[in-house]
Order: sequence, then structure tokens, then C-alpha cells
Amino acid sequence: MFGLGILSGLLLVPLAGAAFILTLNGDEESVRRNARWAALATTIVTFLLSLVAWGRYDATSSSFQLVESHAWLTDTIRFKLGVDGFSMPLILLTTFLMPFCIGASWHAIETRVKEYFVAFLVLETTMIGVFQALDLVLFYLFFEAGLIPMFLIIGIWGGKRRIYASFKFFLYTLLGSVLMLLAIMAMYWHAGTTDIPTLLQTRFPAQMQTWLWLAFFASFAVKMPMWPVHTWLPDAHVEAPTAGSVILAGILLKMGGYGFIRVSLPMFPDASHLFAPLVFALSVIAIIFTSLIAMMQTDIKKLIAYSSVAHMGFVTLGLFTLNEQGIQGALFLMISHGIVSGALFLCVGVVYDRMHTREIAAYGGLVKRMPLYAVAMMVFTMANVGLPGTSGFVGEFLAMTGAFRANPTVAFFSVFGIILSAAYALWLYARVIYGKLEKPSLQGILDLDNREKLIIAPLVALTIYYGVHPAPILDTFAPSTEALMTSIRAALSNTQTAAAALPLAR
Amino acid sequence: MYHAIVFFPLIGALVAGLFGRQLGARACEYLTTSCLAFSALLSWGLFLDGGDHAIRVQVATWFTAGDLTVDWAFRIDTLTRVMLVVVTTVSTLVHLYSIGYMEEDPHRPRFFAYLSLFTFAMLMLVTADNLVQMFFGWEGVGLASYLLIGFWYEKPSANAAAMKAFIVNRVGDFGFSLGIFLVFVLFGSVAFDGIFPRANELKDAHFHFLGHDWHALTLACLLLFMGAMGKSAQFLLHTWLPDAMEGPTPVSALIHAATMVTAGVFMVARLSPLFELAPDALVVVTVIGGITAFFAATVGLVQNDIKRVIAYSTCSQLGYMFVALGVGAYSAGIFHLFTHAFFKALLFLGAGSVIHAMHHEQDMRNMGDLRRYIPFTTAMMAIGTLALIGFPFTAGYYSKDAIIEAAYASTRPGHTLAFLATVIAAFFTSFYSWRLFFMTFEGPARWADHGAHGHDDHAHAAPALAHAGDHGATVQGATVHGGTVHASTAHEADGLPGHHEGVAHDDKGHDVEPASHSDLEHHDEHVHKPHESPLVMTIPLAVLAFGALFAGLIFKDRFIGEGMEAFWGHALAHGPDNHIMHDMHHVPGWVVASPFIMLVLGFLLAFWMYIRRPELPGQLAGQQPVLYRFLLNKWYFDEIYDRIFVRPAKDFGKFLWKEGDGRVIDGLGPDGIAARVVDVTRGVVRLQTGYVYHYAFVMLVGVAGLISWYLMTGLPKGGH
Repeated sequence: MFGLGILSGLLLVPLAGAAFILTLNGDEESVRRNARWAALATTIVTFLLSLVAWGRYDATSSSFQLVESHAWLTDTIRFKLGVDGFSMPLILLTTFLMPFCIGASWHAIETRVKEYFVAFLVLETTMIGVFQALDLVLFYLFFEAGLIPMFLIIGIWGGKRRIYASFKFFLYTLLGSVLMLLAIMAMYWHAGTTDIPTLLQTRFPAQMQTWLWLAFFASFAVKMPMWPVHTWLPDAHVEAPTAGSVILAGILLKMGGYGFIRVSLPMFPDASHLFAPLVFALSVIAIIFTSLIAMMQTDIKKLIAYSSVAHMGFVTLGLFTLNEQGIQGALFLMISHGIVSGALFLCVGVVYDRMHTREIAAYGGLVKRMPLYAVAMMVFTMANVGLPGTSGFVGEFLAMTGAFRANPTVAFFSVFGIILSAAYALWLYARVIYGKLEKPSLQGILDLDNREKLIIAPLVALTIYYGVHPAPILDTFAPSTEALMTSIRAALSNTQTAAAALPLAR
Repeated sequence: MYHAIVFFPLIGALVAGLFGRQLGARACEYLTTSCLAFSALLSWGLFLDGGDHAIRVQVATWFTAGDLTVDWAFRIDTLTRVMLVVVTTVSTLVHLYSIGYMEEDPHRPRFFAYLSLFTFAMLMLVTADNLVQMFFGWEGVGLASYLLIGFWYEKPSANAAAMKAFIVNRVGDFGFSLGIFLVFVLFGSVAFDGIFPRANELKDAHFHFLGHDWHALTLACLLLFMGAMGKSAQFLLHTWLPDAMEGPTPVSALIHAATMVTAGVFMVARLSPLFELAPDALVVVTVIGGITAFFAATVGLVQNDIKRVIAYSTCSQLGYMFVALGVGAYSAGIFHLFTHAFFKALLFLGAGSVIHAMHHEQDMRNMGDLRRYIPFTTAMMAIGTLALIGFPFTAGYYSKDAIIEAAYASTRPGHTLAFLATVIAAFFTSFYSWRLFFMTFEGPARWADHGAHGHDDHAHAAPALAHAGDHGATVQGATVHGGTVHASTAHEADGLPGHHEGVAHDDKGHDVEPASHSDLEHHDEHVHKPHESPLVMTIPLAVLAFGALFAGLIFKDRFIGEGMEAFWGHALAHGPDNHIMHDMHHVPGWVVASPFIMLVLGFLLAFWMYIRRPELPGQLAGQQPVLYRFLLNKWYFDEIYDRIFVRPAKDFGKFLWKEGDGRVIDGLGPDGIAARVVDVTRGVVRLQTGYVYHYAFVMLVGVAGLISWYLMTGLPKGGH
């Protein structure tokens, strides 16, 4: 249809939905209702379409598939889309989480409803775009454009300190994105193209790799976020509406990791090898420090936000181990964390909608009035803690196994994370869910309603399913990881032979 | 069949957990109990005619990444068969017992679901064919233990104990995880079939870790043993076990006596092919086991809570098992695990019966003379006590004496310490066991006048409620709910758990719990008199008592005697220099006699102090206040850990948050810059939209710059 493939379709459907919502008018109540249903329908159609794409995707191959290339800015900067083992699961995660976000916003958003859903649908397009782009300029465009709707979501529908939060977000990402843009220009200058498959075959000189790596690192590390450029995240999470937090934790944080696996590792293998100790150090610091910080939080959302930073520490740790266990573990953890942290934020949203506070101290003893909620929270808490049998375990375990292979000392320190995560997560659970239901304000609190059950049940099921049977995701990552490892190993051994040959030449 | 044994409890757990409300409590109880009974029958069948062969049953692949493959698979050999029998039998009996014990609890479906879930996880642990699946079971039982200790979630002390259990175990798992990683790096596999045959190749390998060159297998074994120390509550990581007594008593019997806490023992025995090649690690196992056996016994001497005495006793007996493992007598360790499961579960369930009879009183200072009221329970407890102290021909006699003899006969470093520790601990064991028995069942009844002063001395909950004054205080807690002060309606309104235990060591606020209403009603029916438990509780006691009496006699030849080789097959490894199972039968007569002498001395001392001169213990405590407080406060481990780990971690976390993230990172970074930017832009644009425009602007400038630059330079070099 119009020469467009299924991947373009994934970009266009949300945009079409957004355009449709913009045209809605009539009395306020019906506009709201129609906007909600239209947004829900759009996201569900997008999800189904992504399932079709998955159906056509050959998970045993490591090459780019469903590729489509359209003329765009110039002959060499094209509108090129495609998916491989790294991006396919992330696209599915994105399209999967979106309907939940719409559902979570059903009653929570009362002002500017139309604009809200438009922002979300545009956001979906940009997020899918990041994972599909096979051209660096396109990648950059989607990567940065996604922040605008996110800005609006935090800035307009956010909490009390939303201005401060979006300001912080802005400053951090500004620095990173400018450097990334410069790096892209430098790459274009060197290779003559921004076509990602071509760049993957290009060998950049080691010196240049170092600078390019650092420039991209500035952007990805902020997005990740890695310690010490993480402080925007707790603020953004706290101020964002529930669905905003879900997308932030579930998808936006994954863009940094995706950037590493799409650009930094394959295109700059020497620099990645060179800087691995730096990444390890920052990851371990993130795991230990932010876990300790999480323990002391008094705001539920902030606690989960800090725990996200710690988990992202495992992701960066795993990615830079440069072995199969580490990389696949990191990728799996990204998916798992997308589901689990998204679910945790949805759970926080459930009680926030009822009580309008995120203070831990305002809760206690919820299990008495909300047994179902308590069960769901328990599953997600345990997944957050990395209990075997939940999806949280597989990723963390593999990432740490890989880390132990690469550097046992780093693994040693990272394993402290499993003690600390238990401490902050269970303490949160004990303070919010267990105990006596004493607070007068909580006496009338209601358990999950049907809409909330519908939202949370599939997430519970997936968390456990992928914990017991992670193969569908893990095996999709495998061929691409293998191909990546082969190319990295070849590159590194080349460099080493060159380095070894050098003294002889002198 | 193997699938059935493992998955039937899971089915029970899922049905009871998911549909408990629809099915009703009774149906859940019957369902989970019969699932377990079925599992137990199959296990016994397997055990009695299983032979010595090992089988591997593949269930599914769990995950694969690179050269790491982790399966869901069962490894069934004699060691597994023994564990299957222990776990399913005790679990079935505990399920049955709980039908009576938890009678009044409104959350019974949840309770039975947890119990069955625990059993499933434990079965996954003992059938594991690889380290990661073992870790799955390991953490699974940890989760179940957490849920069950905190079962009465309204009690702050129960919540704290549950968290503590999980987190302290995680400290152990810290080592366990690293151990798994190291084994994988060394062997390229986590499956036992991939590890054990290759262990010999690597016996001289070294591994560089944390700046030190380690003997690789020793390091692996030590890391894995750290996990065992956590799960089996060994010295240094033992602090969670006594607190775990906050859970319902059947839970203590199943999880914190017979099964879960023995997982560490099982693990070391399962990994005996590795430990045999790491003699230094075995020395650590021996020493830690010896210290625990001694240390826990000393603390057990002075505790007043009936369950805590038994908890410390469990800790101490686990120390015995590790001593056996450490000196290479793996079969003796597992034999003690096997017999201990019977008599310790019996003691706990017996204690539960006592607590049930006393309307949830656990302080032995408020008991006494109970044998006249609950003779059957008394008899059962007597059997349990005899087996625990190792009275000749009871189960404990065979297994415990074997350990003491093995400790003596060993030639490995640390064996003397272990021998002395276990012999002295045998004396303590006899003393505290009889002390418990005398304080509970003999002497004057101290519960009749309970309301008069007992209440002021300790923080009691339930029995003191007969007091009118207390009644008022209790209702206070409930008024917020329904606005009514009528006790029974308040109770219905909050649907609280009917049982309260662990009162003696709780916070002050404990005696105003609204939860005690159900006890109030309970009291009206029974008018205070201790009563014998119903059949559903006494039958499990009788079965366990049979095991406590005869399990040693029946099975000793297979486990540690003539039939040993045929029985164990290749389930346990013995290095070429390990002749302990032979040497232990040739020790001097005084060594063989020493446990019995200790037993008699302990009995006499207890008899003298608690029957003949009951005023003596108080005087002694008064004369030795420092020692008494030291023991009563469990060597101050909780206080020390709080001071050196918990508080610094919290302070450091706070420091990192406020100073690190707040002042340094934000202060120098975004806030500092932001402050400058705000100065400039203030009043110029509306902030909110202003930033978005800025942002979009910068991005567009970027793209525009790229394009114009491209256009200016024409075709780039190397273009195509």
C-alpha cells in the first residue's frame, strides 16, 4: 500500500490515530470519551500490527529484515527502516506497553484529554522509530524527537514540581544530543553515509573511535541513565503522570541501552573495549550507591526510580562484558525491566489515584483491603528483587555471569545489588502493604477494579512466564548477539595483532 | 512419576492460592493435604525400592545464552530420594496438623497455598540437576519462608522477622551466586553432570579473585558454602532463625526445623565431589559447624520462649550435620538430617500442641504441670526429647553419636575443636531439652494465677485478655474500624488472624492488638483450662514419634552401616584418602560413651535445677548477670550487626542521596547551570513551553546544520 511496508505502518498508525483525535470535537465529555477509545484502539491496532511483523520476522537470522528504504533528505541520507534481533523485542515491548498506558490514563487525566492522547501517540511513533531506524540521522531524529512529547507530558500533566523536572531533563539531554549530533556528522564525513548497515561494516580508526564513542556515550549514558548523570530520572518520574512513568521506565530508559548495542559496541569495538573498565566502574557504583539511596526514599515513585537506575547498572555492566551471557542478559533485563518497572509504576498509580499521595508513610496495611493488589505487588517486587522464576532473575543472572567472566572483581561488587535490592524492595512492601491498616484515610480504600485487573493481570502473567520460559525473547536476541560477538572478536584480535606487531616494526 | 512428586504440591498451591476464596477453606485444606500425601506415597515407593542408581529426567530447557545452558531437570539418586522422603513426609504431616492448628484463622487457603508452594520449591531444590535450578528452589523456599514468617502481617515483629530472614539469606546467596559464576567459568557448565566428572582435572587449578590467587575449587566451595551458611543458619548468618519463630508453629516445624534449613547440608552433600577436592573448604565447614553447635546450644540454655529454645536447638543440630560433612562423613550428616527431621518436627508440633492448649502462650515461665492436662502431648514431647538428646536406641542416638565419633576419628584440621564442641553441646542439649520439658510439663502450674502477675512481667497478648481492663485496651485498637466497641463485631469487621504467638519478646504495643478478639471468644468456650489437641493434630505427632523412636534403628545400616555402599551408590563422593566411615567405628570406648555421659549429666543438672531446687536458676542468673545477659541476648549479634551493617548502610544511603546526588551532582550540574539559565530567561518566555521550543529548536538547528553542511561540501569523500 503506497509502497510502504509494515514497519512504516507501525510508524503511521499511531500518527493517524493522533490526527483523528485532533479532529474530534463536540461537547467536552464525548470528546474525552472518544479520545480515550480512539487512543486505545490505535495502540491495540499498533500492537497487533507489530505481532504481524513478528510473525514475518525470522528469529534465526541475524540480518536486518523487513527492510524498506525511501528517498528522504538526500541520496545518502535515506528514510530506511529495518529490524533485527536487538530491535524486534524492543518494538514489541513498546507496542505492548502502550495500551496499558492508555488504560492507566483512563480516569487519571481530566484536563486537556485530547492533547494528552495525541502526545502519547506521537511518542509511540518516535519510540518505534528509534528501534526501526536504519539511518543514523533518522535514528537521531526519532531519538531526540521523542523527548518533546515526553516533555509535554511531564510539563503539562505532571505533578507540583514539573517545571523543575522538565528543566532538568532538558539540560541533561541537551548536552548529550549535541555531542551525538557532532559524532554523527563526523561519521558521515568519514564513511560518506549514515546508513547503519553500511556503517556496521566500516572500520573507524582507533583514535577516531575513541572520540566517537565518547560523544555517543554522553548521549546514551544520560538516557540510560548511568551514575552520575542519573539525577534527572527520579525527579522526572516523580512528576510524571503514571503512564508517563511507565513509558519513561519501560521504553525511554531502554533507548540508551539500545544505542549502545546498535552503535557503540558494533561500530566502535576498540573503543568499547578500551572504555569497558569505565563503564564497569560507573555501573557498579550505580548498582551499589543508588540501591542504598533507594533504601532511604520516602516517596514510592522515587524509590522505584532509583531502583531503575540500579537495574540499568546491570544492563550497562552486561553490555560491556563483551560476551554472550553478559550481552544477552543485559538485553533480556531491558525487556524484563520494561515489564516489571512499568508494572510497578502502574501499581503505584493505582493507589495514587485513590489517595493522591506517593508518600510511603501515608500507606500501610493495604493487604487487608486490597488483597489482589497485594498479590500483584508481591510478584513485581519479587521480580524487581530478581527472584528466580520471575523474569527479573534471568537477565540479572546472565549479566552477572557475563561480568564474572569478564572481570570477577566487578561481578563481586555487582552482586551486592542482590542484597540491597532485597532490602529496599521488601522494606517498601512491608511499609506499604503489610502492617495494620490504621490510617483513617485508608479505611475505605478499594481493591483493584475490573479495568485495573485487566491492566495488571497480563503483566503478572508475563513476569512469571518469562521467568520460567525466557526462550522466546532470549532466542530472538541470540543470532544478533552471536553476529555481534563474532565481529567484535574479529575487530579486537585484529587490533591486538596490530598492537603486537607494532613493537617489532620498530 | 518424578513429575508427579514435584508438581502435585504446586498444583495444590496454585488451586488453593488462586481459587481459595471460591472453594472455601476446608476444600483447600483437603486438596493441598491430599496432593502432598500422594507425593509422599510416591516418594516412599521410590525410596524403598529405588536401588542405588541415578537417573536424570529432563523437563524443559530454562534458558540458553552462548555456551551456558540451564535446564529444568531432575537428578534422582539416593541423596535425592532421602530428601524427597523427608520433605514430603514432614510436609504432609504438617499440612494435616495445620488443619487443626489453624482452625480459627480466617486466611487458611492462603496458609495452605504457601505451605504447598514451599514444598514445591523445596522439591525443586532437592531434585535439581544443576546449580541454577537449585538456586531457583533455594530462593523459592526463601520466598515461601518469607511469606509464612510474615503470615500474620499485622504484627510488626512478624514483618521484621520475615524481612530479616529474606535479607540475611540474601547475604548467603551473595556467596552462592558468586560460587555458581565461578563454577561456570571453571567448568563451562552449571549442570552436575558437566561438573563432577571433570572435577579431578581442575583440582590443582588456580583462580585470581580480589587480588589473591586462590585454589579454584576451594574458592568455589567456600562461596557456595556461604549460601549454605545462610540457609542453614550457621554461625554469623544464624540471626534470622530465632526470629523466624514469629511464623505459625507448623511453619517452624516444616521450614525452620525439618526441611528448608537443612538445604545447606543437602547442598554440601550434593557437591561432595567438589568439596572432597577442596580440603581447606571442608576445614571451614567443620569449624563453622562446631562453633554453631556450641554457640547455639549455649543460647538455648536460657531462653524462655518454648519455640526459641527449639529454634536454637535446631541451629545447634545443623552445626552437628556440618561437622559430619566437614570431616568427610557425608552419610552421617545426611543420616542426622533424616532423623532430626522426625524428632525436631515432633518437638515443634508438640510445642504447637502445648501452645494450642495454653491458648497461645509461649513463655515457659507461665506453664508447668501440663502433663496432667495434656498427657498425650507430654508423652510425644518426651519421645522427641529423648531422640534429640540421643537416648540409646532412639533415632538421635545413632546419628548424633556417629557424628561425634566421626569428629574424633577424623584426622583433618579442626576436628578436635569440632569434637569438643559437639560433646559439650551434647551436654547443653540434654540440659536445655530437659529444662524445657520440666518447665512445661512438670512442677507447679504457673498458668492458673497467670492473670494476677504474669501480665505485668511480660508483654502477653492472648491469655491475659480475660481481664476486664485489658478488654478495654484491646477494643481501643479496633474502634477505628467500625466505630463499635462490641468485641465480636469488631472482630468480624477486621477479620484478623486468630492466633498470636511470639509474645514474650515483642514490643510494648503488642498487648493492645485488636487481633486478640478471636482469642477472647476462644477463651469463653474453654474457660482457661489447657486442653488436649484434636486428633488431626495428634495423629501427625504419633507418626513423627514413631520416626523419632525407630528411624535410627531401622535405617542405620543403610545410611552409615554395612549396607552403606549399596544404599548410596555414587550419590556421595569420597576421596581416596577419606576413610572416615571406616575409622569412626574404631574409636576408644570413652569416646563412644561420652555422649551418653553428657546426656545423663545434663539430665541430672536440669532435674536438680528445675525440679529439686527451682529457685536455683533465678539465683544463678542473679549471681552471673553478665553471662546471663550475654546468653539471653544471644551474644548480642543483633545489636552488633545493627551497629556495623544496618545503620551505616542507612546513613551512607542518606548521605549519598542528600549530599552526593543532591548537593554535589545536582548542585554542580543541572541546578547550578539551571540557576544561571533561569537568571537569563526569567521574564522572557513562559517557562513551560519555552523549554520545549528551545529543545525543538536545538534539534532542528542540528538537522539543518547537518544538511547545509552536506550541501556545502558536496559529495563526501568515499561516497558512492
